[in-house]
Amino acid sequence: MIQLQSETASYHGVKTLHDIDLQVSKGEKLALVGQSGSGKSTLIKLIYEHYPVNTALVPQDYGLVNNLSVYHNVYIGCLEQHSTFYNLINLIRPKADQVEMVRTILTGLQLEEYLFRPVGRLSGGQKQRVAVARSLFQKGLLLLADEPVSSVDEQQSKVVLKQMLSGFSTVVLALHDIQLALAFCDRIIGLEKGRIVLDSPAEALTEKDLLSLY
Amino acid sequence: MDSAYKHSPAWNVSWLFVLLAGFSLFFSDIEIISLEPWQELKRLFMGLLAPDWSNLSEIGEAFLQTLAFAILGVAGGSVIGFLLAQIFHWRWIQVSCAFIRAIHELFWALIFLQIFGLHPLTGLLAIGLPYAATFAKVYAEILEEGDKSALQAVSLDASRVSTFFYARLPDLWQHFKTYTSYRLECGLRSSAILGFVGLPTLGYTLSSAFMEGHYSVVWALLLLFYLLIATIRYWVRPALLPIYIIAAPFIVANDSTISFDNVQRFFTEDIIPAPIMRGESLSESWHWLSDLLINQALPGIANTVVLTQVALVASGILTLLFFPLISTHFFKPAGRTIGHVLLVILRTTPEYILAYILLQLWGPSMLPAIVALALHNGAIIGHLIGRYSIEIQLRVDASRGLNRYFYELLPRLYGQFLAFLFYRWEIIMRESAILGILGIATLGFYIDSSIQELHFDKAMILIFITALLNVLVDSLSRYLRAKLRLRTNVDCRATNDYCTARE
Repeated sequence: MIQLQSETASYHGVKTLHDIDLQVSKGEKLALVGQSGSGKSTLIKLIYEHYPVNTALVPQDYGLVNNLSVYHNVYIGCLEQHSTFYNLINLIRPKADQVEMVRTILTGLQLEEYLFRPVGRLSGGQKQRVAVARSLFQKGLLLLADEPVSSVDEQQSKVVLKQMLSGFSTVVLALHDIQLALAFCDRIIGLEKGRIVLDSPAEALTEKDLLSLY
Repeated sequence: MDSAYKHSPAWNVSWLFVLLAGFSLFFSDIEIISLEPWQELKRLFMGLLAPDWSNLSEIGEAFLQTLAFAILGVAGGSVIGFLLAQIFHWRWIQVSCAFIRAIHELFWALIFLQIFGLHPLTGLLAIGLPYAATFAKVYAEILEEGDKSALQAVSLDASRVSTFFYARLPDLWQHFKTYTSYRLECGLRSSAILGFVGLPTLGYTLSSAFMEGHYSVVWALLLLFYLLIATIRYWVRPALLPIYIIAAPFIVANDSTISFDNVQRFFTEDIIPAPIMRGESLSESWHWLSDLLINQALPGIANTVVLTQVALVASGILTLLFFPLISTHFFKPAGRTIGHVLLVILRTTPEYILAYILLQLWGPSMLPAIVALALHNGAIIGHLIGRYSIEIQLRVDASRGLNRYFYELLPRLYGQFLAFLFYRWEIIMRESAILGILGIATLGFYIDSSIQELHFDKAMILIFITALLNVLVDSLSRYLRAKLRLRTNVDCRATNDYCTARE
């Protein structure tokens, strides 16, 4: 599914990733853990650059359009799958069948009541869940999500993560929350100063093992 | 729970304006009257291939005059405007300035021509007066919104003047400078078109070349004008300004003298309504006034409003087509360069000149006016929105082409777009009125005809009505911007955006 061999990456001209060797097989659920600045976001970007096809993305800054409704922001995930004409009509008059599909996804993320509200009027946590909803609507073989639950509370984090993991067979999450990483993912990658320093199945690890990374 | 999808207020207002414009189109005469309009247009563009510089002394003289009038008018206007800004909190100053601003430079020129004839004072006041009123307002806003913390730290005993120079001016200097230099660019355009009513500036040479069909001379003049505006930041230097200001009076000076009889007659006879001069009864006066209102003011207002609304919506549509041309989200550098050149030419050419050219080619109807206003204003706002769009960061997986335009960019830019368009509403209306001088039946047409017939009393009333109409549209625009919460960044005044949108 993913094969990176001695890859490096720079961010704003500064090298942030060194000698990255990473193989991910289909069906794996990966968590990238490590301090902020350890290179998690850059690794997510790097993977996206190598595998942009059939990959859904939840970037750290969401990239939502504030003046569009939640529905339309979610629908943006599927723009390429429809004709431009269909998309334009849908922008003016939401298509009923698409609305129903989006509504189902929003219900799973406890957002259904905001279906037609402009994103600009949502809270930070709600926006984050809209960004997740967009990726779920887009579907695909691989989900890359950069801190997808950093702004939602604990109870909702679990709901959101469950939806993401059941929506995609292969998932790579950047997570700073060790507990969530251990509970939801089956493989943990630890990053430190742009290098992979840990790669292990989740059940072989305890919280203590991971704390050394922080 | 929001159960049904609702469109935003901005969407509804936009459609209201589009419908209004569509309705207005029914009442406008849109046709191409001339027999071979495209043949003539082709001849015009053939002139571009070989611009004619042979008449260099005449062209040079026209440009010197254009420059000198612009520099003196803007310099005088900025000094007076700056003084007025200090007392701009007085209500009657605000009202008078709004009123003076609402009257176009060309109308002022028509008025001063009656008073001073072709004396240079006519041109200087025609630019200086409305510019002073605009400077007063914008300078006052700059003073109002600027950082006042330094001011509060100054001892109360310090004099007003020294407080101003030490605690306020240093911080605000850049804002004043940017705005004033931008206005000099506007002043060049104003000065150029004053030639159309007889002053010795660019418009005069241009219209005579045009009438004689010398299109290669027309292009020589236009190309030089673009060059002048494009290089403005190189030749407008603080160190050079005093030289320009000292030299300019010698350039604009001519032999004509001010006849004080004329001045006196203008104020005591010409502009006094005829029935009063003749000592007619109240009913006769009423008859005179109602005749003026019904047969001139009313059709003039109707046509001005029709032209304004159609031109406003057409400008909006062109803006939405133009802005992607210079946006990094749509075109590579080579494509954007073509877009930039197109937009620079369209926004540098004064809309009056554009309308004049199209009118000569297509014959008198509203069409040339609509096209000219839409091209000029669409290019101005398109440039601003295009530059603004570059600031937007899209996701790496963002869609492309039309999907990107409609889903990613348009929703993000729409508020800014409407704000700029509403700012220009009043400017478009002022221009719509003035284009009447070219023969389209807006208010300017009736004003110009009254002056030709030496009915200055009627002309003054019509100019007064034009000004009221502008003030009305200005407040309507302010109301809509507040209602839709359309705000442009205050900070963008530091750039040219604010000034370009506001004029």
